[in-house]
Amino acid sequence: MKKVFLFLFTTTLATATFSQSEKYVKAMEPKVAMLDTSNSADAWKDLGNTFERIAEAEKTQWAPFYYAAFCNVMAGTMSMPQDGSFGDNSAISDPYADKAEGLLNKAEAMSKDNSEIYCVRKMIHSLRMMGNAMARFMTEGAKATEALEKAKTLNANNPRIYILEGQDKFYTPEQFGGSKDEAKKLFEKANGIFMVSKPGNSIEPQWGRGQVGYLLSQLK
Amino acid sequence: MNFAMRHLKFALMILLVTGLLQTLSAQVTIKGVIKDNKAKPVSGVSISIKDSYDGGTSDSTGKYSFKTTEKGEQLLVISSIGYKTIEQKVNLATGVVTIDVTIKEEISELTAVILSAGTFEASDRKKAAAVLDPIDIVTTASANGDITGALKTLPGAQQIGESEGLFVRGGTAAETKTFIDGTLVNNFFFSSVPNIAQFGRFSPFLFKGTVFSTGGYSALYGQALSSALILESIDLPEQSSANLGITVLSGSAGYQNLAKDKKSSWGFSYSYTDLSLAFAIIKQRQDFSKVPTTHNLDANFRIKTSKTGIIKYYGYFSSNKLAFTTNSIDSLGYLDKFAIGNKNSYHNLSWKENLGKGWKINTGISYSNNKDDVNSNMQNQSKQDVVLGNLEFKKFGVDTKGGYFNAKAVLEKRLKGLSAIRFGTEYNYGNDKSVYEAYNGQRFLDTIKGHINAVFGEADVYATNALAVKGGFRIEYSSLLNKTNIAPRFSVAYKLGKGSQASVAYGIFYQDPERRYLPSSVALNFMKATHYIVQYQKVANGQSFRTEIFYKKYDNLVKTGIVNFRNGAINNNGFGDAKGIEFFWRDKKTIKDLDYWISYSYLDTKRDFLNFPFAIAPNFAAKHTSSLVVKKFVQKIKTNVNFAYNYASGRPYYNIGFDGSNNKFTDQGTIPDFHNVSFALNYLPAIGKKNAKSFPVYVFQVSNVFNIKQTYGYNYSYNGYRKEAITPTSRVFVFIGAFISFGVDRSDEVINSAL
Repeated sequence: MKKVFLFLFTTTLATATFSQSEKYVKAMEPKVAMLDTSNSADAWKDLGNTFERIAEAEKTQWAPFYYAAFCNVMAGTMSMPQDGSFGDNSAISDPYADKAEGLLNKAEAMSKDNSEIYCVRKMIHSLRMMGNAMARFMTEGAKATEALEKAKTLNANNPRIYILEGQDKFYTPEQFGGSKDEAKKLFEKANGIFMVSKPGNSIEPQWGRGQVGYLLSQLK
Repeated sequence: MNFAMRHLKFALMILLVTGLLQTLSAQVTIKGVIKDNKAKPVSGVSISIKDSYDGGTSDSTGKYSFKTTEKGEQLLVISSIGYKTIEQKVNLATGVVTIDVTIKEEISELTAVILSAGTFEASDRKKAAAVLDPIDIVTTASANGDITGALKTLPGAQQIGESEGLFVRGGTAAETKTFIDGTLVNNFFFSSVPNIAQFGRFSPFLFKGTVFSTGGYSALYGQALSSALILESIDLPEQSSANLGITVLSGSAGYQNLAKDKKSSWGFSYSYTDLSLAFAIIKQRQDFSKVPTTHNLDANFRIKTSKTGIIKYYGYFSSNKLAFTTNSIDSLGYLDKFAIGNKNSYHNLSWKENLGKGWKINTGISYSNNKDDVNSNMQNQSKQDVVLGNLEFKKFGVDTKGGYFNAKAVLEKRLKGLSAIRFGTEYNYGNDKSVYEAYNGQRFLDTIKGHINAVFGEADVYATNALAVKGGFRIEYSSLLNKTNIAPRFSVAYKLGKGSQASVAYGIFYQDPERRYLPSSVALNFMKATHYIVQYQKVANGQSFRTEIFYKKYDNLVKTGIVNFRNGAINNNGFGDAKGIEFFWRDKKTIKDLDYWISYSYLDTKRDFLNFPFAIAPNFAAKHTSSLVVKKFVQKIKTNVNFAYNYASGRPYYNIGFDGSNNKFTDQGTIPDFHNVSFALNYLPAIGKKNAKSFPVYVFQVSNVFNIKQTYGYNYSYNGYRKEAITPTSRVFVFIGAFISFGVDRSDEVINSAL
């Protein structure tokens, strides 16, 4: 009797936690597909808002919170001045970083030790660093590296780790340790993983495919 | 025809029915425009129906539109970064619902106006108007790695080279007080040496935030007529690390350990400074019989008590000695000898914590102990001590011992938005003992013990993002004066546009007379200053401009005269004023990777205090002061190139003599204008190197590059017949050093750290 009860209890719990309604999957699928095509701050904001609505309505799914955080980081990155100057732009970067961090913390509360979440955490720290590179290089820069290392220990087969690493190498001037060659190797590594891996389901993180293609084409 | 008609009818009916069905089951369109309270459209705003997937985002014209299948009474949530979230009830039935919404900016540190009149802040906090970063302090070429050296390139501070300290807006160095983690620091500088400005004791790398207030500061701080230098120490280090330094002047080593759980850390460092080598190469004006040597040892621990709370301890021990002779101005062919030995220790323990429900506590205690052993003598050419007739007074010894205890507690309650109230108490205790030994062995003992108690309170009120008001008061009781004062403080800031704001500040500031005039034979009162400040500031991406106009009125300054054959305070009737205008411009944008700032101060001040015969422009106040600081990182050679130029117009000088009944000028004039050009190179070979284990930084620095003659003032012989220019100990000074840190890249930090 006890066993039956326990079985019933665990299965209900499991279905409550893991079941994804058809409505949820249908709402998510087209939006997840848009992650590789959005390329303006407004588009990222719009997409982020959509994920946030789904997240807040569902309440128990980590993925929409994670995607909402990702979109906010991207919106923040796109909002930064593009002239490449080292200034104090923290007034632009920080609100997006704060927003993304809040959403990501909610995702993490539902999915601990998730390599994907650490990737976005890395991006949040990088965004903060860009807000005032000279002053934050040592603090936020170090935290970004740390988050990426953690992502790697959790799942070394996550291609997004190598995209992020490669982007750092790609955009950093050579004097500061940037290297187009190393970037290329990392993008190729990511691409290799994309070639052989298939997402477990249609709404699992799979962004980066398009980006890698673009970046590799830049390096030819 | 008929057939056609029937078909049409049928089609119409179908349309009608499906239309009806659609309206019954189907969607409602919600649309509208989102504007801010200035009626400007806001883009990127999220509009959603609570707990549903349905919603939209406003476009660049503020318009939004979306369809929903939700019915009945629903909650519409309108939210956007930087704005207050609004929830609005809607009743959804059919068709199109138009909902226009006005959203209000959220009051946040990032966008709100800043109560900035009178202050320069260097911090990494999220504030729109912090004009300097902590790193700026240490990469200023003329600063020589000294905090106050960098602050002297900001408007308001004088270029004084003959003595240490910050002389702000016509005030003396004693009118500036320094606070570390809230508590007062006694002996912030190394002990005074005649005509040689001393450095601050503390490395700029101990601090993550520096607030330099040149007037109108908060009621949390007192006992400073002119200026408050508020330093906030760093929290936990990012990583464990060790460092080594070797320079032409010193050697140093240190270690910082961060616990595995990153909740606590400890560390220590030791440095030994010996100027023998430098003085052997660069000729000094003085003849050093004991070349300056200093041992410094410091230790710290920091413990995180919760997510927001931290306990920090910093302890410092230092021992230094020096002795030199100069040709005596009083008697040709003889030498004046000065020797000093100093031992100093300083301990600071602080605790801050968020107590919940918007309450925050900031508390700290500090204890310091200072011992000076000064000897003055005359010597003949073969460096033997001699006592000459009528100049016996030039042989003396002074031993001073000071013990100081300071404590402070501040409670803060955060109200709506950024508004807050703060109140607390401060206690300062000092015990100074001195023994003066005259040439004939006669000893004079002096002991002064006293304390100051203060209570204070202030309120910050942010009416909107654009208007903030701060009002406060401070009540102090001084046991040495046996008097109490009450000082009001007030400031307002108003945002004029994006990045630009105007602010005003008013305040009354009290300070005990300097302890050397206490206890006095006459009852003394607090010295008093009243500040009025108007400021305009504009901070845009990479550029900042600010200008301030100020008026400062002094009352109850100490007048001195001869009391019982000794120089002492005779009354509190001194007075004065200072007025001026200051400009600051910083630009990191116009030229790529080049960062520079320019400051200019105009100061018009007169005062009657100490032995001044009447109100005069004091000898520590130049009318025009200006600085240009340039920094450039040259990526190709991984080198930081820093340059600084400091200028001050000639200050007045006086020799004041007492003719038996009155103080009179026996000589006066104006010293030449002051110019100083400094240049520094920091070479960072490991920057960006992957997996580097050590991070060396090589420093090369030259002060007064062009060998310009600098005069700080004049010394007079006892009889007043001869005078001699006070100049720096050497004209040009060159510094070369190597600093290596292991484990963590502290390149920026290491630059200048042991200068």
